[in-house]
Amino acid sequence: MKIIIIGAGKVGYNLAENLSKSNHDVIIIDKNYAALSKAEENLEVLCIKGSGVSTNILMEAGIDTADLLIAVTNSDEVNMVCCLTAKKLGVEHTIARIRDHEYGHELLLLKEELGLDLIINPEQAAADEIANVLNFSSAINVENFAKGRVKMIEIKVTEDMPMVGMRLKDMGSKFESSILVGVVIRDDEVIVPNGDFIINENDSIYLIGQPSHLYNFCKIFGKVPHKIRNVMIVGGGRIAVYLGKLLAEVGMKVKVIEIDREKCIQLSELIPEALIINGDGTDEELLRSENIDEMDAFIAVTGMDEENMMAALIAKQNGAKKVISKASRINYISIIKNLGIDSVISPKQITSNQILKYVRGNNVESLYRIIEGQAEITEIIAESGSKILNTKLKKLGIPKDTIIATVVRKNEVVIPHGNDIIKEGDRVIVISKNKNISSLDEVAAVS
Amino acid sequence: MNFRVVFKALGMLLVCESLMMILPLAVAVYYQGTDINAFFFGILITGLFGIPLSYIKTSKKVMYARDGFAIVALGWVLLSFFGSLPYVISGVVPSFIDSLFEAVSGFTTTSASILTHIEDLPKGILFWRSFTHWAGGMGVIVLTLAMLPSVGSGTVQMLRAEYPGPTPGKLVPQVKETAKILYKIYLAFTMLEIIMLKFAGMPLYDAFIHTFGTVGTGGASNMNASVGAYNNIFVEIIITIFTFMCGTNFTLYYQMLKGDIKAPLKDDEFRFYCSTIIISIVLITINLNGDMFSSLWESLRHSSFQVVSVLTTTGFATTDYNNWGMFSKIILFILMLIGGCAGSTGGALKSIRVLLLLRIMKRELLQIMHPRAVYTVRLGNKTVEEKTISEILGFFFMYILIFITAILVISLDNMDWETTTTAVAATLGNIGPGFGIVGPMGNYSAFSDLSKIVLSLCMIIGRLEIYPILLLGIPSFWKKTNL
Repeated sequence: MKIIIIGAGKVGYNLAENLSKSNHDVIIIDKNYAALSKAEENLEVLCIKGSGVSTNILMEAGIDTADLLIAVTNSDEVNMVCCLTAKKLGVEHTIARIRDHEYGHELLLLKEELGLDLIINPEQAAADEIANVLNFSSAINVENFAKGRVKMIEIKVTEDMPMVGMRLKDMGSKFESSILVGVVIRDDEVIVPNGDFIINENDSIYLIGQPSHLYNFCKIFGKVPHKIRNVMIVGGGRIAVYLGKLLAEVGMKVKVIEIDREKCIQLSELIPEALIINGDGTDEELLRSENIDEMDAFIAVTGMDEENMMAALIAKQNGAKKVISKASRINYISIIKNLGIDSVISPKQITSNQILKYVRGNNVESLYRIIEGQAEITEIIAESGSKILNTKLKKLGIPKDTIIATVVRKNEVVIPHGNDIIKEGDRVIVISKNKNISSLDEVAAVS
Repeated sequence: MNFRVVFKALGMLLVCESLMMILPLAVAVYYQGTDINAFFFGILITGLFGIPLSYIKTSKKVMYARDGFAIVALGWVLLSFFGSLPYVISGVVPSFIDSLFEAVSGFTTTSASILTHIEDLPKGILFWRSFTHWAGGMGVIVLTLAMLPSVGSGTVQMLRAEYPGPTPGKLVPQVKETAKILYKIYLAFTMLEIIMLKFAGMPLYDAFIHTFGTVGTGGASNMNASVGAYNNIFVEIIITIFTFMCGTNFTLYYQMLKGDIKAPLKDDEFRFYCSTIIISIVLITINLNGDMFSSLWESLRHSSFQVVSVLTTTGFATTDYNNWGMFSKIILFILMLIGGCAGSTGGALKSIRVLLLLRIMKRELLQIMHPRAVYTVRLGNKTVEEKTISEILGFFFMYILIFITAILVISLDNMDWETTTTAVAATLGNIGPGFGIVGPMGNYSAFSDLSKIVLSLCMIIGRLEIYPILLLGIPSFWKKTNL
């Protein structure tokens, strides 16, 4: 595919990197010379300096033969105009990043009028993700598959958990549970485990299964998800607005700390249910006086990664139960996790994942990537033409490091074994390592 | 520097070179020349060094600018070294320094030769000499990139280091694809010219030799009298047209193929390049008419061939322009310094740099008249980055500095003014023949070994546009961790 990306910022760069690695022709347009030369030097992409709104520049990039245009500059309006112009010039699909909540209500209208194929709002997505994690507080990360019928949670294995030192195949029989350990992360390395794999302390494991089963599992292993009632948010940006509303809806008590007085006033108008405090979120005294130790969750979502990190560390030290921090720079994620902060949310990464999923094609329902795409969890709907339908899984010759994790058939959720088959219309969740999958046929391509 | 990555790439380069030698071997076998063994051992030795290196395992795949420059600089030195093997082994050129000079001259498309009796040499050796022009013209590294699989990101650094001109232009996002497109256009030109020369009445073998010399803007002929030996007007026209085409930025051809037929007309550099050619031809024709040649037609014929040949830094000749009037000779000397377009197979300063230098000069003058005015230097409808401008000024200074330094060393040989300066200009600009003893009908054999080494260096420095080779001389460039 020929893909034009407008804006070589963090999201643009990350996208270009991932897309060019999966052999797409990527062309980046940006006005900033420094940002472009960084992309030019490190990536297999073509860079054009200029404004993405300009017809000339778009023509130079070959917009008429391009399949997809992604507008991710820092201005919503520029993104919209770019997409509109590009569509008129003959590009197949357009994706725009629109993140201002002012547009929130008009998104559907905008989508239709501008002919946008996908609108991404990283802040909204990040807020959703944080809300997900809060709903299942024992997990570091929560992902939904098959419209929420299947969840995947990431858990850190601690020494008090009885599963330490246990083989995976023994675990199932001992605690009779219908969940699957899909991926293990040990020392920044991604492993797709088999039955003989032994779990160690400090591993991060990804569990896939139905929500109720996951809940039971956590109960058995001493990680009971406790109900979150009080939440403190530091930083009153867009994420805080979206998140505050989401949490207030489910009855949580939200406290927002924001340093800028003007913003505080705006916030109090936007989220009337929340308590808005004008102050510095990295000030320990302030946090203590606002009862940080009583908080079930602490979320740092200011614009600065460093501030988020500091605020989160202070909160952890002062006894906040679940601490979540936002990181814009993708390479900060592993560093922050190593500092003992429970979860890290990266809006940029969420955005990239959404777009990559879109690029992957119509069959891909959801896509989740672990550690810069070392492993991928893909949800695919089985189509009528697929070669692997109605064949026993053990006969498919599924390659090593690829697992068919779950099959969802109507309301039935199955963790498949060798004798199971995939039928038309099933939602199949596939785990693969170092391999991009966009259709089920690729899963069994080796046979 | 990431030595593993560098050595692996160098290994691949040598494998590529040993594959390249198969072609002259085939020619040698066909003509049953005395040089069969030379190529056989050349392939063997080059391969023996290259294959183990190319199997080095690299942990880090990332390649930084430093590594790319190191690969290109060392790569060209190694290429020349192994490329000289056939000359040495066959005994055609007994001295090693001379062989190296000949090999460097081949790869850098200079065609400065120390050979005195070209017609007597084995056909395989001559084929190899011209074939190195062909490979060196578009870039051996680019060829390696196009041919070999598994080149990751960061390879753009290698393309940049070998690219002739200030700002490298990738045609398509992938470096490998860019390299392939360039070579496809190049190959098409090559085929076309071979066929046309054959039809114009040249023997097939000679057509090959001259085509390689033309499209690579090299200029090595299998005749002592160069193209003049054929005295065939059609051959001259074909060669003039193709040297002109190969002195043009190849990006323009890609744009034309993509449907933008008028692309060259809109290109500032191309217009500058054309006007330089036309003005020079007119001036030289007027100067020659009645003096050297009796008819206007004859003057035009020789002036146009020589002007295009020298400006594109090819170095073919149809007549001994050493005997021309001083005015014509000085014009040719100026053309030697200007050179072809960026992104072409030509050498020297490049038209685009000269054009920009002129525009920068204009800006500086205007700045004095209106000290507070803000002027941007433009090329076409695009503003040239200040960074690019300072790079061009820096490049120009380095070019002149190297030019003068080399002249100083060569002057030890105590030759005349003309020979000393033009020998350096002709090697640094990758033209080949200069004036005086090194004129179109002369050669470089009279120089001492020291001068030959310096001139060889000049050729590589000129071909790689200075930076890569100068970087090799900076000690911290070699350190694993740079401080």
